[in-house]
Amino acid sequence: MNRFVYADNAATTQVSDYVYNAMLPFIKEKYGNASTIYSIGRESREAVEEARAKVAKALNAASPNEIYFTGCGTESDNWALKGVARALKEKGKNHIITSVFEHHAILHTAQALEKEGFEVTYIPVDEKGLINPQDVKNAIRPTTAIVSIMYANNEIGTIQPIPEIGKICKEAGVVFHTDAVQAIGNVEIDVQAQNIDLLSLSGHKIHAPKGVGALYCRKGIKLQNFIDGGAQERGHRGGTENILGIVALGAAMEDACRDIPGRNRKFREMTDKLIDNLLKIPHTRLNGDREKRLAGNVNISFEAVEGEALLLMLDAKGICASSGSACTSGSLDPSHVLLSIGLPHEIAHGSLRLSVGDFTTMEDVDYILEVLPPIINTLRMMSPVWEKICNQ
Amino acid sequence: MLYSQKVMDHFTNPRNVGEIPDANGIGEVGNAKCGDIMKMYIKVQNGKIEDVKFKTFGCGAAIATSSIATELIKGATIEEALKLTNKAVIEALDGLPPAKIHCSVLAEQAVKAALSDYYTRQGIDPKPIAGEIVEDCEACHLAE
Repeated sequence: MNRFVYADNAATTQVSDYVYNAMLPFIKEKYGNASTIYSIGRESREAVEEARAKVAKALNAASPNEIYFTGCGTESDNWALKGVARALKEKGKNHIITSVFEHHAILHTAQALEKEGFEVTYIPVDEKGLINPQDVKNAIRPTTAIVSIMYANNEIGTIQPIPEIGKICKEAGVVFHTDAVQAIGNVEIDVQAQNIDLLSLSGHKIHAPKGVGALYCRKGIKLQNFIDGGAQERGHRGGTENILGIVALGAAMEDACRDIPGRNRKFREMTDKLIDNLLKIPHTRLNGDREKRLAGNVNISFEAVEGEALLLMLDAKGICASSGSACTSGSLDPSHVLLSIGLPHEIAHGSLRLSVGDFTTMEDVDYILEVLPPIINTLRMMSPVWEKICNQ
Repeated sequence: MLYSQKVMDHFTNPRNVGEIPDANGIGEVGNAKCGDIMKMYIKVQNGKIEDVKFKTFGCGAAIATSSIATELIKGATIEEALKLTNKAVIEALDGLPPAKIHCSVLAEQAVKAALSDYYTRQGIDPKPIAGEIVEDCEACHLAE
């Protein structure tokens, strides 16, 4: 019988027992609207504020009032970029800086702002998937409204020099946002020490359920409302609070940031074994810097193999993973992240992302290493591209 | 995206994978940039496709369409094989997701490319018989 191995923790994670237990009372019994004054309403309000304090603590925000709950990481990204850019437009700031390999939540938001008349500079990344802070510095103009650079890349896991970029932005007096959806719980984040003005995060990457995220926004930063409505989130994000999700996010942040070094050690042991052994397969390369990457991320390209076929074969063996091939990206082109680090299309098509998490075991890793090489072999045996490589 | 059971069957157990050493028609379509390459080998004897084999670099649908195409033309006359359409490939697989229709076009073109090569080797101009072979990826995707 096949094992079931979930190796796609960068896509989403399973709800943990810790988070589940925190949520339980709010599914049924504690249903009060947090905006009401009677007992069960007050209970909900307290739960929301407790969760806000936990998120603020995990990021070392100066005050819980700097945390706004949202529906997802994408909403946080939209709000940060559009909210700051539109607020500063009247002051003549019409320029935005971001990078070429951001998540689409940022890239497509930046493109939407271009249609509103903003100019956007897209900072390139090097072949290891890293941004040079100097490039950011050089791109800053007197008209720059906001810089948005992701903390860690979702596909290749590379961790960007965020404290350095934060310092540059502070010195230049430019607002700095980071999409930290992948970094939360994996990298030590301190918004004050690292000069981060806004930060996006999402619950479902750290064992909370889908449908809740947060935006950190430093006090004093001008941010236009994104969802107008009632007095929720101090009038900045209308809509009855998703108490269940917010409570889950608070618990998840508390749990994920409890012991980041310990978590990294555990993940690194598993991913080192995966990377070392998979690179023994000929015509294979690791995408993204080996050291400056999320401890749980493995992204490897197998030449002459197409990613979707690889995923289907892994699925047949009970392994869940993802790929940056065109067939899985839903477009004609493979992942923009892999192309941004200079991978040719044909090699980007053969990429595989394995992301281990809190519930992954060394036995899972051994099973992947047992199953994966023969699948690569099978696909290569039927690949005319492999035939050409062998004849060279 | 969901594949039919037939697609999954042909992907998991592809028929006629490999090469034919004494093939008298070989066709290759697609390119690695797009992520799909199909190479088809045919052995024609007495006007019939006696044997056919394929090699494919591509997604699950690309492998399944290649596999079913070889089944559809094996034993057929070359005239019958020339009439193979991408629609017939889709029907034989009990349907394909919309984003994968181009894989069926590629399978049809791979068969035509192998037959064109056969005609060329016989000293016959293939164009009036087999038509133009689509080599451009974008053209395949237009069928979607």
